[in-house]
Amino acid sequence: MATADSLAFGGGAFAAVVRRDVRSALRRPAEAATPVVFFVVVAAVFPLGTGAGPATLAAVAPGALWIAALLAALLSLDRLFREDLEDGSLDQLLLSPHPPALLAAGRITAHWLLTGLPLLVASLPVAVLLALPARSLPTLLGALALGTPVLSLAGAIGAALTAGVRGRSLLLPLIALPLLVPVLIFGTLAVRAAAIGVSAAGPLYFLAALLALALTLAPFATGAALAVGAE
Amino acid sequence: MPRPPSEAPLLGIEDLAGRRGDRLLFSGLSAVAAAGEALRVSGPNGCGKTTALRIVCGLLRPEAGRIRWRGRTVSEPPGDPGWRRELAFVGHHEALKDTLTPLENLRFARALRGARAPCRPEEALERVGLAAERDTLTRELSAGQRRRAALARLLLDDAVLWVLDEPAAALDREGTTLVESLCSEHASAGGALLFTSHQPLVLASGRVRELRLGDG
Repeated sequence: MATADSLAFGGGAFAAVVRRDVRSALRRPAEAATPVVFFVVVAAVFPLGTGAGPATLAAVAPGALWIAALLAALLSLDRLFREDLEDGSLDQLLLSPHPPALLAAGRITAHWLLTGLPLLVASLPVAVLLALPARSLPTLLGALALGTPVLSLAGAIGAALTAGVRGRSLLLPLIALPLLVPVLIFGTLAVRAAAIGVSAAGPLYFLAALLALALTLAPFATGAALAVGAE
Repeated sequence: MPRPPSEAPLLGIEDLAGRRGDRLLFSGLSAVAAAGEALRVSGPNGCGKTTALRIVCGLLRPEAGRIRWRGRTVSEPPGDPGWRRELAFVGHHEALKDTLTPLENLRFARALRGARAPCRPEEALERVGLAAERDTLTRELSAGQRRRAALARLLLDDAVLWVLDEPAAALDREGTTLVESLCSEHASAGGALLFTSHQPLVLASGRVRELRLGDG
């Protein structure tokens, strides 16, 4: 019974963190919409900047789309824990009876709901802008559904490590990029394969493996980084 | 509710030393607090009062020495998760989200700590005089009102040790009286207190012991 109680208690705290983050972000709609607007803008200016025709564009589009997604995630990751650190909320999270990993998982979930999920929706018009063939859209959605949680999870480790560092704006990309690049590579491969009509199963499996790895490791690494960072 | 007073001290600070960056702020700090007792950490600005409080909470590691709670060492790994349930901390920063109302902030705090005290968030806000502002966004509150909302968090759970960093900062005379009565009630219910304050806080019950930092 004690385990069931503590599970419910932990689950309640997790849900409370997710609810608080989502609610408080949605009260600042302009700020909440920044990553997805950034994603759309980058993808929209890409065809203009390259000046390529539809054929060339479709060939580089998968890469452009994933780069835009990665930059949009990086943009929002910087804020992930900094505010909590500055307003004292992090102290209260760490002093709660819950393991830091559970609360980190809550924040990461909220981050994905606020950036990953809107990105998934926005990727459809963006795919049209980039002249991606319609047959690659299901794969694109699948790859983003597997990849964007990894961006949130792995990026959170970097965000937690750099939350207390002054002048961190450059540090976060440096720390997070090596963790995020595999997502970019396999995500691009999957969409490209689907665009030329071959099976995208291989890269999708790799993305799924990355997600499984990130899901099991990132909350603990983030929690540990936060506990050290509070000092 | 805090447990009935017992003879053994609740909190023990033993030969504590604290460091901020490269600077050793204090060393050899020792004190005990039993149920119903308050420890006031005092000293000039920059002498390490906040650092000492954060070390006791376990948010910072001590440079030397240890913290005991009910006779068990809690400042070294593996620590004691049960101890964190008996501790409530109100720091310099209020830990309130600007875009949530005081009521939402308190509900979150309650979900995070687990609801064990009979006091509901609405009642806690009423007690600190924020009943009318409970649905106003926190960013629209004054500094004193934010402090009151942070103090309301103390009423939500049955923590035995309150650690308060300048609880009366930004509060008017009435607010300071509120802090005094909250602390007095806590002490007379068998709780212990560790606090810093530039203003003198008079507790109706219980003993206040001075713990001076930065002398000599």
